[in-house]
Formats: sequence, C-alpha cells, structure tokens
Amino acid sequence: MMPIDVDIAGRNAETFPVLHVWGWEIALYLFLGGLAAGLLILSGWMHRRTAAERLSPAVAWVAPLLAPVVLSIGMFALFLDLENKWNVWRFYTAFRWSAPMSWGAWILALVYPASLLFGWAAWSEFGPAGKRWVTGAPFPLRREIAGLNIAAGVALGIYTGILLSALGARPLWNSPLLGPLFLLSGLSAGAALLVLIEKDHEWRRTLARLDVRFIAAEAVVLTLFFLALLTGGQAQRASAELFFGGPYTAIFWVAVGFLGMALPVWLERLEERGKVAHSAVAPVLVLFGGLALRAVLVLAGQASHWEVLL
Amino acid sequence: MPRYGMAIDLRTCMGCAACVVACKVENRVDVDAFRCRVTQRSRGEFPNVHLEILSERCNQCSDAPCVWNCPTGASHYAEGGVVLVNENLCTGCKACLAACPYDARFINSRGVAEKCTFCLHRVKEGLEPACVSTCPSRAMIFGDLDDPSSLLVQTLGARNHRALKAEAGTRPNLFYLE
Ligand code: SF4
Ligand code: SF4
Repeated sequence: MMPIDVDIAGRNAETFPVLHVWGWEIALYLFLGGLAAGLLILSGWMHRRTAAERLSPAVAWVAPLLAPVVLSIGMFALFLDLENKWNVWRFYTAFRWSAPMSWGAWILALVYPASLLFGWAAWSEFGPAGKRWVTGAPFPLRREIAGLNIAAGVALGIYTGILLSALGARPLWNSPLLGPLFLLSGLSAGAALLVLIEKDHEWRRTLARLDVRFIAAEAVVLTLFFLALLTGGQAQRASAELFFGGPYTAIFWVAVGFLGMALPVWLERLEERGKVAHSAVAPVLVLFGGLALRAVLVLAGQASHWEVLL
Repeated sequence: MPRYGMAIDLRTCMGCAACVVACKVENRVDVDAFRCRVTQRSRGEFPNVHLEILSERCNQCSDAPCVWNCPTGASHYAEGGVVLVNENLCTGCKACLAACPYDARFINSRGVAEKCTFCLHRVKEGLEPACVSTCPSRAMIFGDLDDPSSLLVQTLGARNHRALKAEAGTRPNLFYLE
C-alpha cells in the first residue's frame, strides 16, 4: 500500500481521521446482550429437554433469573451511549425496517418481558422459597415459555452481530458471519457463566463440555470470517490486516484467541481428564474473551474504512 | 423536483478553507466541529509525491446508508434529495455516523447528529450554499443535476470528474472535477 499522509484543515476530532463513534458502552452492551441470549437459549433448552426433577438450581432458576438482570445492565449501557437521552422513546414511535438498530430496539422490547416471564416462571417453580408460591400449582406453560425464550435468545444473539454487519461503511463489519459469530460467542459465554455458578458436578461437566464445543464452532466461524475478508476486495483486505500485522494484532490474538479461547479449552480438557482440579479460571477466561472480542471488533471496525480507495 | 448536486474543481481549489469558515458562520456550527473540511493528502514516495487538496462535506448520497440506518427516521431525504436530520427525532445513537463512509457527520453540543445541508434554507430562497458563494476561486458549482441547461450539468458533461469512494455504493452527488 502506498503511504498516505493526511493533514486536515478544519479538523473534526469527532469523525476524522479515525472515526470513533462507539466506545465501551456499545462493546459492553453487545457482550451482555450476547451473554443474556446464551443464558436464555441454554436454560430454555434444558427446561424443555430435561425432566423437572433432574434440573439443577443453576439451570432451573438461577440462569433464567440472571438473564433479565444481565440484559438490564446491558440496556443501561446502551442508554448511556445515547447522546440525546431525552429522545430515547423515539425508538418506539417508529419502526424502520431498513435500520438494524430499529430492529434491535424492538427485539429488546420483546426479549425483555419474555425473559422476565421466564425468570418468574422458573423461580416460582424451582426457586428455594418460591415453590409454587403464586397459585399453589405448577407455573402454567413453563415449557412453552422456555421455548419462546430460546427463540428470543437466538434473535437477540444474532442481532448483536447484524447491527454491526449492516454498516457497509466499515469493511471489517460488513460480513454476514458476524451474526453467527456473536451468537456462538454469546452461547459460550452463557455456558461459562453457568459453569461458574453450577454446584452439581455432573451438570458442570456437561456445561463445560458444551462450552468447549461452542468455542470450537466459534473458532471455525472466526476463521471463515477472516478468510472472507482476506480474499475480499482491497478495503476488506486492508481491514483484515488490522489483525494480521496491524495495530489490533497483539490485543486480538492474545486477549481473544489465546486467553479467551485456546487457554480455557486446554484447561477444560485437563480438568476433564482429572489432571488439574476444577476451578473458576477457565470460565472467567471465556467471559473475558467474549468481552474482549466485542471490544476489539467495535474499535477495529471503526478504524476500518474505504479510504484506500480514495 | 430538482436533484441538487455539487461539483468542486480540483484545479482551482487552493485549500484556503474559506468554505469551512463560511459554513461555520452561516450554520452556527459548534466551535470544535465542522460540517465541511479541507483535507490535504500527500501521496506516493519521495521524490514522486503529489499533494491533493480536497474540500469535503456530506455527499448527499442518493442511496444514503445514514438514512436507512437511522432507527427513528430523524435522518431523511428533504427537497431536492438533500439529506437532513430532524433534531426532534434524533436520539444521538450514532448509527448514522457509523454508517456514513465519508465520516461526514458528527454529534453536536445538543446531542444530535449534524452535517452539511447544502444550505437548503438559502437554496430555497434562490441563493447558493454559503461555501459556494464564498469560494474566492469559484471552485464550486452548485445546481440541479436534472436540469440539462444548468452550469453544473454542462460542466460535468464537459470535464472529467469523479466521486469519492464511489465503490462504497452510496451514489454520491458531490463530484470533483479533474
Ligand atoms: S455522505 Fe454520509 S451523511 Fe452524507 S448522505 Fe452520504 S452517507 Fe449520509
Ligand atoms: S444519531 Fe440521530 S440521525 Fe443518526 S441514526 Fe441515530 S437517531 Fe438517526
């Protein structure tokens, strides 16, 4: 690439030369949204697949209750990012089919009450003090509510990636693989959080094994994501170079690739074979990796542009 | 219905930034922000270097991602295909900033997205945009792209020109005469 010097008279620090529109708030929201999606899908799936008496407290009621809490924090971060908070309600006086952020606002408006309902249903059915506390009968339609939350979780998990991939102005983001990538990363983060809070040995093993599979699938999608960029046009290749020799190389491969994916998988394998004692290290690393993935992609995406074609 | 566009002559623009100042004064733009800017790029490797001066602003794209990515409808097409922001609808979510390949937008001190409007308020009164009428070398031509008799259309027909980052696919209406 030819060296290009840029000097700007009439400086606009906000937008030029490196756009920096979205910061930690959006990265945190994308992570927590993905995490909540992972929790909803996994616990919803367990609720439908497993007999009630075999469910451990963690998957039976802690996860369904945690999901709306995690989502609330994420939505608060999203709110913090709005520069004109007074107009937040404007999201709900319009639906713009062409705007992913509009879809996102409406998806949240559906997922949030659905997850609250699931939390309530799970708590009143399985919670320690709450057993059948409202009507004295099992919560009606618990399994159907669980199913609804699986769908809601999938929509939320994929959407967090689609929001970025719709922004064609940023070649790094403009990939259909970002949706599946974020969904898988959310599933792996959800499984990791469950491993962290799970007390039952058998369940923990099951969840840890699931997590390893999610991370493996995530690695495949990540590889495809980079391959697509590296074999794409000039702007795509330039954006991939941010991770191969560019400014984001070290942070990405160390924080996301090694600490967030390779190391925890290796640790899980050792724990599985009884070579090291079970600890919180692996799941905490996975959660850290999920956050780092969002943060790096949000920042690097904004550093990728069509400038090479000027 | 006109379709407004602009051409900037790369041969006569000398990068004096009078357009930048005129715009700031006309539109009362925040002290630390700009709706238009003059960028200078030196390209190549010594001794084969050349300097390129560009007066840049919103390209008023015909297929504007800022408009279709706006979740509230605040960013919209107004008269003559000019893209405007309705402050009463804008949440400051920055989707449009991220969506614009030209980095033409910013969030102003009122927390809403702002950008060049082609001085539509002046144009409606039969005046030229402030930058155009201020340019000391008359390097800018503003006009109706659908009017074959306009100076803009005739100049574009007679001279080589290009749009910036046309590959981004937004169908910009700002052209640079080579
Ligand atoms: S240049 Fe940017 S802000 Fe202007 S119309 Fe095109 S996409 Fe929108
Ligand atoms: S910042 Fe305002 S104009 Fe831009 S997309 Fe958000 S609501 Fe629309």
